[in-house]
Amino acid sequence: MPTNILMPALSPTMEKGNLAKWLKKEGDQIKSGDVIAEIETDKATMEVEAVDEGVLAKIVVPEGTSDVPVNDVIAVIAGEGEDVKDVGKGDFSQPATKAADDKSKAETAKQVEKAQPAPASASTNGSGQQAPQQSAPPAPQPQQQTNGQGRVFASPLARRMAKDGGLDLTAIQGSGPHGRIVERDVKAALEGGTAKKAQPGAAPQPGVPAPKLAPSGMSDDIVKKMFEPGSYEEVPHDGMRKTIARRLTDAKQTIPHFYLTVDCDIDALLKLREQVNASASKDKDGKPAFKVSVNDMVIKALALALVRTPGANVTFTENAMLHHKHADISVAVAIPGGLITPVIRKADLLTLSGIANAMKDFAARAKDRKLKPEEYQGGTSAVSNLGMFGIKDFVAVINPPQSSIIAVGMGEKRAVVKNNEIVVGNVMSVTISCDHRAMDGAKGAELIAAFKQLIENPMGMLV
Amino acid sequence: MANAYDILIIGGGPGGYVAAIRAAQLGFKTAVVEREHLGGICLNWGCIPTKALLRTAEIYHYAEHAKDYGLKLEGKVSYDPAAVVKRSRAVSGQLNGGVGFLMKKNKIDVIWGEATITKLGEVSVGKPKKQPMQPQHPAPKGTLGEGTYQAKHIIVATGARPRVLPGIEPDGKLIWTYFEAMIPPEFPKSLIVMGSGAIGIEFASFYRTMGCEVTVVEVLPQILPVEDAEIAGIARKRFEKQGIKILTGTKVTKIDKGANDVTCTLDDGKGKTSTLKAARVISAIGVVGNTENLGLEKLGVKMDRGVIAIDAVGRTNVPGIYAIGDVAGPPMLAHKAEHEGTICVEAIKGLHPHAMDKLMIPGCTYCQPQVASVGLTEAKAKEQGLQVKVGRFPFVGNGKAIALGEPDGLVKTIFDARTGKLLGAHMVGAEVTELIQGFVIAMNLETTEEELINSVFPHPTLSEMMHESVMDAYGRVIHT
Repeated sequence: MPTNILMPALSPTMEKGNLAKWLKKEGDQIKSGDVIAEIETDKATMEVEAVDEGVLAKIVVPEGTSDVPVNDVIAVIAGEGEDVKDVGKGDFSQPATKAADDKSKAETAKQVEKAQPAPASASTNGSGQQAPQQSAPPAPQPQQQTNGQGRVFASPLARRMAKDGGLDLTAIQGSGPHGRIVERDVKAALEGGTAKKAQPGAAPQPGVPAPKLAPSGMSDDIVKKMFEPGSYEEVPHDGMRKTIARRLTDAKQTIPHFYLTVDCDIDALLKLREQVNASASKDKDGKPAFKVSVNDMVIKALALALVRTPGANVTFTENAMLHHKHADISVAVAIPGGLITPVIRKADLLTLSGIANAMKDFAARAKDRKLKPEEYQGGTSAVSNLGMFGIKDFVAVINPPQSSIIAVGMGEKRAVVKNNEIVVGNVMSVTISCDHRAMDGAKGAELIAAFKQLIENPMGMLV
Repeated sequence: MANAYDILIIGGGPGGYVAAIRAAQLGFKTAVVEREHLGGICLNWGCIPTKALLRTAEIYHYAEHAKDYGLKLEGKVSYDPAAVVKRSRAVSGQLNGGVGFLMKKNKIDVIWGEATITKLGEVSVGKPKKQPMQPQHPAPKGTLGEGTYQAKHIIVATGARPRVLPGIEPDGKLIWTYFEAMIPPEFPKSLIVMGSGAIGIEFASFYRTMGCEVTVVEVLPQILPVEDAEIAGIARKRFEKQGIKILTGTKVTKIDKGANDVTCTLDDGKGKTSTLKAARVISAIGVVGNTENLGLEKLGVKMDRGVIAIDAVGRTNVPGIYAIGDVAGPPMLAHKAEHEGTICVEAIKGLHPHAMDKLMIPGCTYCQPQVASVGLTEAKAKEQGLQVKVGRFPFVGNGKAIALGEPDGLVKTIFDARTGKLLGAHMVGAEVTELIQGFVIAMNLETTEEELINSVFPHPTLSEMMHESVMDAYGRVIHT
C-alpha cells in the first residue's frame, strides 16, 4: 500500500501552513525519521519527519505552496516492491474524504522544531504591536472542503439557494458530511448574513464582511494598480505576518481601547538597578549571574501593580469576567520578519533576577523562532518597550485575551519640577491601553498609578 | 471484571442488536440483555413473519388469477393454514438464528433475562416477568444468565407492545393482537380490524386475500392516517374493490364475546350506533413503549408522552443512560431503531454522527397494493406555508406496470416551488416499497428536481414512474 503523507498539524490550532521546502525529491529513498520537508506556520518553521519507509513516489504539493490545509496529502511514499509510477497515478486531489481515516497517521507524524541560524540582533524590547497568539482550540465541526482545485462541495439544493440568494459558496462553512455545504448552512448564512454576497467582477464592496485574514478594505488588484508596475517588489506574507494582521485587526475591531499616560521619575529605579546588578555573583569567567534591565523592572512593577489592584488583572469573556490570581506578563520581542510575545508566568512571584534570566532565554529562542506555543500564548497583561528606538511615548494594541498593555517610552533627561524648582530628572513616559469591557477609566487609572508608584519607589519591588 | 462492559444494551430487537454490532465494531466491550427473542418483535412477531404471510397471499392471488396471464391451473387452488403459518415461523426462525450468529461473530455477550437498571452503571438481570408468546424460537446457546452487570453506558432498547383500549382487552382467543393474528390455527370466516395503520391494513389485506370477510374500523376520517390523503384514498378504493369494508370516523365502543364470535358496537361519531358481528377481532390501534420495570423512574429519566425523552443522538437527561427505537418515541419503525442505535453508539465513541432527521425516515405498508412514502405529505407541506409543485404519475402510463398486470397505482412527488427541494414522495401500487429508497437518497443528498430530471432511469422499470412524476411537477411529463 502506498502511504500518503499528510500536512501535519504542528500545533493544536494550526489549520494550514506553507510548504516551504522539500528536502527530498521524487524517487529518493526515505527512512523513518528522515526529515523530508519544511513547513512554515504562523509561528515557526518546522521539519516534517517521515514515519514510514519507502520511496518518495510523488510530491503532490510543490514547495512554496501557501496555505496548505492540515491533513491534505502532500506526498506519497511507495512501499518496497511497489511500482512508483503507479502510485503517482492515484487521485490525491480529494484529501477531504481521507482526512478522517488518516488523521491518526498525521498525528503520529513527528515534528521537530527547526533551529534556524540567528540572523540578526535581538532585543528584549518590542514594537508597539504584540505578537499574535491563538487561544481558541479548533472548532469541532469540519472545515469546508475543497478538492485542492478550488471546487466547493455543496449539495445541489445548497448551490441553488446560494445562487438565488446571491451568496458566495466559498464563504460558507459546510456542516454536512466531509464539510459539504448543505441546506442548513446556506439558510444560516442567508439569515445571519454571515457570507458575503457573490460579487461579479473583482471589485469588492466596502463594508461587506469578508472572511479574510485581514480585511484591507481594498482588493490586492486595486491596491497594486495604485503603484507603477515594477516600482515595487512583491513579497508574499509568511504565516507570522498573516497572524499578526488577523489578530491585531480583530483586536482593534472588537476591543474598545482607552489610553492613559503617566510620566515616571526613574532616578531611584536607575540607582537601584545599579546596586542590584553590582550585587550579582560572578562565575569563574567573570560573568555575572544576572543582569537586570530597566525593562525587567518594568515587567515586575506591572505584575505587582496588577495583583495589587483588585479588578485590574482580568479577562473579559461574553458571560463572565475572569479574575486571574497571578500576573502573566507577555513581553513583545521584535524578531526578524515580525514579533513574538513570550509570557513571563506568575511574574508577581518572580525575583528581578528570575525575570531577567527568563527574558534572556526567551529572547534568544524567540529570534530562532524556537518558542513553543505554550510559551507565547495567554497572558493577563503585556509590556511593549520602544525606548531604545528613541520613542518618547506611544500607544499599543491590546492582544487578546489580555485586557491591558503598557507602552514604555525612552527614559530621558527632562526638565522637571521638584520642590517648586525646575531641575533635571530622569523621566520615562508610559501609556497603558485598557480594554474598556474589562475595566473602566478609574480602574485603569488606579492600575497605572500603582505601577508608577512602584517604578518611582522601586524598593517596593524587592520586598 | 468479567461482568463489566463499556456498553450494555437492554433489548435485542433491531435497534438493540444493530447498536451492539456497531459498538463491537468500534471496539467497545458490549452486551445485549434479551428476555425472549433476539431480533425483537420485528423479526419474531412483526415485520418479517408478516411479510412471509403476505407473500403467501400474493402467490395465492396470482394463482387465482393465473388465467389472466394465460396459465391454466387445473382444479381449485386452496391453502393449508397450518403450513402457511409454519412457513412464516420458519422464515422468522432462520433470521432469529442469524442474529445469534451475528452476536457471536462480533463477540457480543448475550445475557438472557429481564434487566433493571439498579443504579447508574449497574444492571441487574433476573427471570423474565413476561410470559413469552409461544411458539418461541429456542434461546441461543452460550448466553450469560441472571446476575449483576456493570456498564459505563446503558442503552435502553426495549421496544413496544400493542396498545390496549380499556374494556376491549385482547384475550388471545376472540380478540387478537398481532401476535395471535400471525399464528391462527385456522383462518376465520369473518374479521373486524380495529385500526388502519400499517399493522391493521396488512392483516386486513392478508386475510381478505385468503377469503375472509374483513371490516376495517378506523376512528380517523382517513385510513393509513400518516400517509398522503390522495394516496390513502387510492389505496382505500383498491381495498374496497377487493371486498374489504372500510368504516372511517368510526369507533368500536364495546365488544360482546360469544362462544366463537364477537359482536362489536360501533359509534359513527355522529351519534349513530350499530352492531357488527364477526368471528374474530384484531386490535391494531397502535403500540406503546416498554418503559416499565427498568428502574427509569428511580433514576429520574425524563419521559415524554409515554416514551423516553432523548436528544438527537439518543442521550436521555441522565448521563450514561440512552434510549433508542420504539421506547424512545415515534415513528415506531425497525429501520428508525437501527439508525438511532448506530448514531447513539457513534456519539458515545465521540464520533460526530449526523442527527436523526425524522422527516427522512421512509414508511412502508405491505398491503395489496403496497404503500410507501417519505417526507412531507401535500397537506403537511401546505400547512407549513410552503408553495409546492406536485407531480403525479399513474401506473397505467408505465410499460413495466402494464406488463406486470399491475396498472393501478400512483407515484406522487412534492417539491418546494421556490427552491426545487424535494419535500416528499408518496406511492401506492405494486413494488413501491422497493422504489421509495431512490427518493430517500435524493432527499438526503438534497437534490433538486434538476438532478432527478437529469438522471437516466432504466427502461423498462417501475422506477421510470419516479422520473415521470418529477417531470410532471415541472410540466415536462412524457407519458400521460
